[in-house]
Amino acid sequence: MERTANLLRGRGRRIKVLVAKLGLDGHDRGAKVVARALRDAGMEVIYTGIRQTPEQVVSAALQEDVDVIGVSILSGAHLNLMKRLIDLLKKEGADDIPVFLGGTIPIPDIPKLKEIGIKEVFLPGTHLNLIRDYILGVVGERKEH
Amino acid sequence: MGKLYNDKAIREIKEKYTAWEKQVLPRSLNRYSERMESFTTLSNINVKRLYTPIDLPDYNYMDKLGFPSQYPFTRGIHATMYRGRIWTMRMFSGYGSPEDTNKRLKFLISHGETGLSLAFDYPTLVGLDSDHPMARGEVGICGVAVDSLWDMEIIFDGIDMGEITTNMTINPPAPILLSMYISVADKQGVPREKVGGTTQNDPLKEFIAQKSYVFPPEPAVKIAMDLVEWSVKNLPKWNPISISGYHIREAGSDAVQELAFTLADGIEYVRHLIDRGLDVDDFAPRLSFFFDSHINFFEEIAKFRAARRMWAKIMKEWFGAEKERSMWMRFHTQTAGVSLTAQQPFNNIVRTTIEALAAVLGGTQSLHTNSLDEPFRVPSELAAKIALRTQQIIAYETGVADTVDPLAGSYYIEWLTDQVEERAWRYIERIERMGGMIEAVKKGYPQREIADTSYRFQKEVEENKRFIVGVNIFTEEEEEEIRNVPLLDIKQEDIERVQLDRLKKLRSSRDSNKVAEKLDDIRRAAGKGLNLMPYILDAVKSLATLGEIMDTLREVYGEWREPPIY
Repeated sequence: MERTANLLRGRGRRIKVLVAKLGLDGHDRGAKVVARALRDAGMEVIYTGIRQTPEQVVSAALQEDVDVIGVSILSGAHLNLMKRLIDLLKKEGADDIPVFLGGTIPIPDIPKLKEIGIKEVFLPGTHLNLIRDYILGVVGERKEH
Repeated sequence: MGKLYNDKAIREIKEKYTAWEKQVLPRSLNRYSERMESFTTLSNINVKRLYTPIDLPDYNYMDKLGFPSQYPFTRGIHATMYRGRIWTMRMFSGYGSPEDTNKRLKFLISHGETGLSLAFDYPTLVGLDSDHPMARGEVGICGVAVDSLWDMEIIFDGIDMGEITTNMTINPPAPILLSMYISVADKQGVPREKVGGTTQNDPLKEFIAQKSYVFPPEPAVKIAMDLVEWSVKNLPKWNPISISGYHIREAGSDAVQELAFTLADGIEYVRHLIDRGLDVDDFAPRLSFFFDSHINFFEEIAKFRAARRMWAKIMKEWFGAEKERSMWMRFHTQTAGVSLTAQQPFNNIVRTTIEALAAVLGGTQSLHTNSLDEPFRVPSELAAKIALRTQQIIAYETGVADTVDPLAGSYYIEWLTDQVEERAWRYIERIERMGGMIEAVKKGYPQREIADTSYRFQKEVEENKRFIVGVNIFTEEEEEEIRNVPLLDIKQEDIERVQLDRLKKLRSSRDSNKVAEKLDDIRRAAGKGLNLMPYILDAVKSLATLGEIMDTLREVYGEWREPPIY
């Protein structure tokens, strides 16, 4: 919490997170729980709602000028969708925005996702504090650049 | 009818209980304090240390329990339950191309599965063809891709549709999938009165929880009730709707909310069907239900028993049903996917076993058991087989199926059944005051209740008030195990190519004028408010695709966008 406060002071605004449901699946329990936990941790959270395309997520991220993008996918379509998302971010010159992913992700896919450019993957059962601390960490790093 | 315990007996037990509390209990508490200050079920019902007849004062056996196959059906809908016939072992399955799924269904049948249950991929669930831009990367992953009648023919190739029943987990496009199923059965020469199975076709829980909605609530309910009405008149063995608590629970509700919202959905549908001029006793026997079986063992059993008693009461007292079958709550159960963990995944076999046992002790009619690898992907053959074997062990080794409703009369179970029921009624009353479930959904009421409960549960886990083995207790740093789970290999791009090729071939070889004509018929019928089933059946037979039919309906009814509530 102290760290959050410091970050707030240093940046002059709260950390802004986009929580996005990418693809067609409607499993939104995890995304909503994470969104609420981050909001309770003092961050500004924009939740996209379900059934978003990579184009919609990137456009929301740019419009809202977010610090980090958290994507939730439980449909198994993560490799295809995340690749397209990262390609679009690159095209827009916004690939410095860290992207993390949560959902039902097979372990062998994790290195492939990291290769595509996903910063971190959280599996079911992840502590909310871990996600919060992760965001504080990457946003802090990004600010120092 | 008399009470289970007379006043004198209760008084005596109370006296002895007070003495026990004063003399015996303190000694024990001094030596070992209890593990927690208070114990609660997942629905936050406070669990007492001990249950006795004192907890069931004025308990009237005939009013509360009665006999199996008799009102209020608490003890079960059939007189002999599993002594006569074991529940239907119905494994939810489907992935990849129709060819892959055909192979998987035959595999499960060859290992003793007794009913089929089809899982569709996301594009199919939300009414998009495999070649739609939003379907990219999703074809065949979460279930089987179905675009046209051709795909359904492949799925059931070599499977006798007159001999086996099939559940289809499908909602907005349910009339289309049912039409495909019937068309294939027609081709197999199975008479309509022999075609058995279930279409989930429960639109309200889509808005509440499952979120594969397409149309706004009113037209969604209208289309679903078209299917029910048509099916009641044309397919006597078909369950046209499976009113589902499963997704409500998986979205994060507790047991009481699951029960209450499901019944409130059911009430809304019954009202709509009666408003169409149907006789309640003509359609009510065809309504079926679907529940989750979660890990809090006794509360789940209480939920199933309370569900039967409440539905019987609703049908008899609210809607004046006279046939006993109208009062039956027949339900399918699936163990809780949400209770499975990615950590130490082999433990999931144990969780599923306990949940399956609760479903059986709760008197389910059919059961799906989850596979250990489902936190990662749709199950491998091996994992699905272990899940099926779990049911077979419960059925044939344990003896739990040898007597009807074996937990009845447990002070705790009966007390808990009453508690769950009472709390569920309170929710139902609140929804009634809002004007029923459609109104409640539009206000976001159940959505908000579920979001609150799921967040509270997550916090309780993080604060170590609730435990999940491998997640916040008995955790392991390095997990070899997680890498040892053999996962199903889905070649997504290949499947997508197969579907795209087949669609291309379909579109070029069919009579496109006829298709256009049939789609126009649907549009006109929708405009006039007619029952859409016969028009959709015609269009399916003319090889219109799922996406084309859904697009036609989207033009007429528009699409639902939900305000994100979290």
